[in-house]
Amino acid sequence: MALLRDRDRRKIQADLAQLEGPVKLVTFTQELACQFCRENDQLMRELSELSDKISVEVYNFQLDKEQVARYQVDKIPATIVEGARDYGIRFYGVPMGYEFMSLLGAIRDASRGTTTLTPETKAALAGIKTPVHLQVLVTPT
Amino acid sequence: MRLAHQFAIENDLVRGDMVEATEFPYLVERYSVQGVPRTVINESSAIEGALPEAMFVEQVLAAVGGRD
Repeated sequence: MALLRDRDRRKIQADLAQLEGPVKLVTFTQELACQFCRENDQLMRELSELSDKISVEVYNFQLDKEQVARYQVDKIPATIVEGARDYGIRFYGVPMGYEFMSLLGAIRDASRGTTTLTPETKAALAGIKTPVHLQVLVTPT
Repeated sequence: MRLAHQFAIENDLVRGDMVEATEFPYLVERYSVQGVPRTVINESSAIEGALPEAMFVEQVLAAVGGRD
């Protein structure tokens, strides 16, 4: 059964038509002992069907050690939204409900490689000289 | 959630993770999450709730000592 409803697919497709550069959704998954991995992979696949600018790459969390290390993934399901390069955008768990909008937004931003943040915020962020890890804990609704 | 990902795009030193709390209960416990969104910064401090952009960036900078 499809996760995205027909009516929503049309809206999302129109939204994704605005994408500029290609976006790769890199997912980490495994067959067993991951309740939501299958659903996450399906969601990313369905999304990629709505735009030829979106591709999906699926890795096995247990077996593809090199990619796990490269993307610094420590739990699954994991999705990396990659544009011209890996900007450090991660989704852990299935981004459904309100977070689906965050996923679409991240795809849009990664496609452009720019954001709509204010010049003041951008200037402030440019001042960060040490690694910063932001983990935003959310719930589906 | 959008802000953390946008920050990641603007500065390569910033990583932004969305963490679906119900799927990772051990993190809810580790970070003492009582309400969402809760933004954990470098495992050491946290921001409660959704803040406007200017306040969010200010609190992140304060937490990492990145202010000039």
